[in-house]
Amino acid sequence: MSGHPSTYEPKYAPTKWLDQRLPIVRMGADFMTYPSPRNLNYWYTFGGILTMLLASQIITGIILAMHYVPHVDMAFESVQRIRRDVPFGWLIQPMHAVGASMFFLAVYVHMFRGLYYGSYKAPREVLWIIGCLIYLIMMATGFLGYTLPWGQMSFWGATVITGFFGAVPVVGESLQQWLLGGYAVDNATLNRFFALHYLLPFVIAGLVGLHVWALHHVGQNNPIGITEKTKKDTLSFHPYYTVKDGFAMVIFMLIFAFFVFYQPDALGHADNYIEADALKTPPHIVPEWYFLPFYAILRAVPDKLAGILLMLGAIIVLFVLPWLDTSKVRSNRFRPVARKFFWIFVFFCFILGWCGAETPDDMVFTVGERMVDGEMKPMGLNFTWLSRIATFYYFAYFLAILPILGMVEKPLDRPDSITKAVLGDKAHGAAE
Amino acid sequence: MSDTLHKDAHGETVDEGKRDFIYIATGAVAAAGVGSLAWPLVAQMGKAADTLAAGSVEVDVSKIAEGQQLKVLWRGKPVFIRHRTAKEISEAENTQLAVLPDPQTDNERLIPDTAGKLRPEMLVMIGVCTHFGCIPVGEAGDFDGWYCPCHGSHYDTSGRIRKGPAPTNMEIPDYQYISENVIKVG
Repeated sequence: MSGHPSTYEPKYAPTKWLDQRLPIVRMGADFMTYPSPRNLNYWYTFGGILTMLLASQIITGIILAMHYVPHVDMAFESVQRIRRDVPFGWLIQPMHAVGASMFFLAVYVHMFRGLYYGSYKAPREVLWIIGCLIYLIMMATGFLGYTLPWGQMSFWGATVITGFFGAVPVVGESLQQWLLGGYAVDNATLNRFFALHYLLPFVIAGLVGLHVWALHHVGQNNPIGITEKTKKDTLSFHPYYTVKDGFAMVIFMLIFAFFVFYQPDALGHADNYIEADALKTPPHIVPEWYFLPFYAILRAVPDKLAGILLMLGAIIVLFVLPWLDTSKVRSNRFRPVARKFFWIFVFFCFILGWCGAETPDDMVFTVGERMVDGEMKPMGLNFTWLSRIATFYYFAYFLAILPILGMVEKPLDRPDSITKAVLGDKAHGAAE
Repeated sequence: MSDTLHKDAHGETVDEGKRDFIYIATGAVAAAGVGSLAWPLVAQMGKAADTLAAGSVEVDVSKIAEGQQLKVLWRGKPVFIRHRTAKEISEAENTQLAVLPDPQTDNERLIPDTAGKLRPEMLVMIGVCTHFGCIPVGEAGDFDGWYCPCHGSHYDTSGRIRKGPAPTNMEIPDYQYISENVIKVG
């Protein structure tokens, strides 16, 4: 429901005075009374959780910046100092580092929810694209931030990722050196990564503003994907969804707190506790867990440039998804066939994550051995081939399955309204 | 009266052609101004003068024993100086060009010394994998040369790519012999 009529009435002289000059209190009041579909489930609480996490990352990040030194000789030690010597640094630094993982965890749930309930379909295309843009900038921010502690994984991760730009034909090398500010990852690189890591969260915050604006303009999607028709189909955002979101935030914070207090390093990599060394590459470079599926796609192809293009394609395809899915039915609740393909898609995303964490030549399973060049080699499926199968499905889902399914699948009957879906015939009788 | 002339709402005569010219001229000057201001803002990210100046390293190669490799840091990257064994040299020289993804003879990867003679025992190259910039491990891989642990590229005893995702041979830096046994890289 776009542009719902404002019900705010300023009561006091100062609020009346302000309302005529800058209706900011009105804006907040209208936000709180925004009519939301009455059937939103807990999968719809992750937007609120993400807002909370963004605020947490910005606050802890500003504090860390007060103690961190972006210089190659001091960066590693300054992070250790924050954890050991700075008052409450032991709490604030892991909140920021674990917070990054939690941010990605929540954004992935949020995105899969959007995929399942068809939240990208008209009229929500722009809402979805802004979301994809936020995700893209989140990835950049996460990568830049991971470089700052200046451990071995920071350094070599930065080397590998900036190496992607070196694969661009003709101008690649100049482009890469322009990004690095030198011939290799060095002090100039660390300094600019710090500056950009500080900037991008505020860009994200601005985009979140646009995301919510677009959301309130076109109205929220809901689990049955049917647009609300009457006032009975909706509930005021406050107190119904403030309480629901609040409860979900508390549960999420329990998981967050478990990692911060008991497993602050479980989601990181031990090699990052070794200071960056330009002369020694760690034997097994892996990105943070939230980039593993894309890393697997990158490695699935033996060609450097093709690997990068495929990895970029995996993200770009999300932007054009609203025009790839041809089905008019939003929610997968009413698409029995699409639903199965969706869960296979989720499964393969996890498989890609697993492939990204393993060594490409290692075997997933073996079926006997055979002689190659006088050596016995195990036969079976290795991780390169598993990641190729999963990569194939990832792209097939967006480029073939969704476009074709929309034309051939027969969706189930959908209820007339949200109220009827929630209350059944009782509501039907009451409505008449 | 030109056909670009007409009267506006206030009854004044307006020359649309003249207006268009002024719009385009003003826009062009503004675009040039924005462009010339944007360039320094973009170019500042390039290599600074001190980075460019920290250019060269001198190495006495006579101290490297046969079968030994020296790593020196040059421009933030390791340079491998390997005193190759006779077996490694013959392997490098006897490789068919047809099997190389980036065909180059072993001699093409060497630079003559002060006497104008190639010294195949001394291989000098930038020890950076051409895939994504990791540092390959020496005396490893399927071709007796280097192996990159990051994504599994195999290099031979001349530092040429043989197998794996790296597109080209390991790079030969700009270097020269400044005396019989001293190499200047950069």
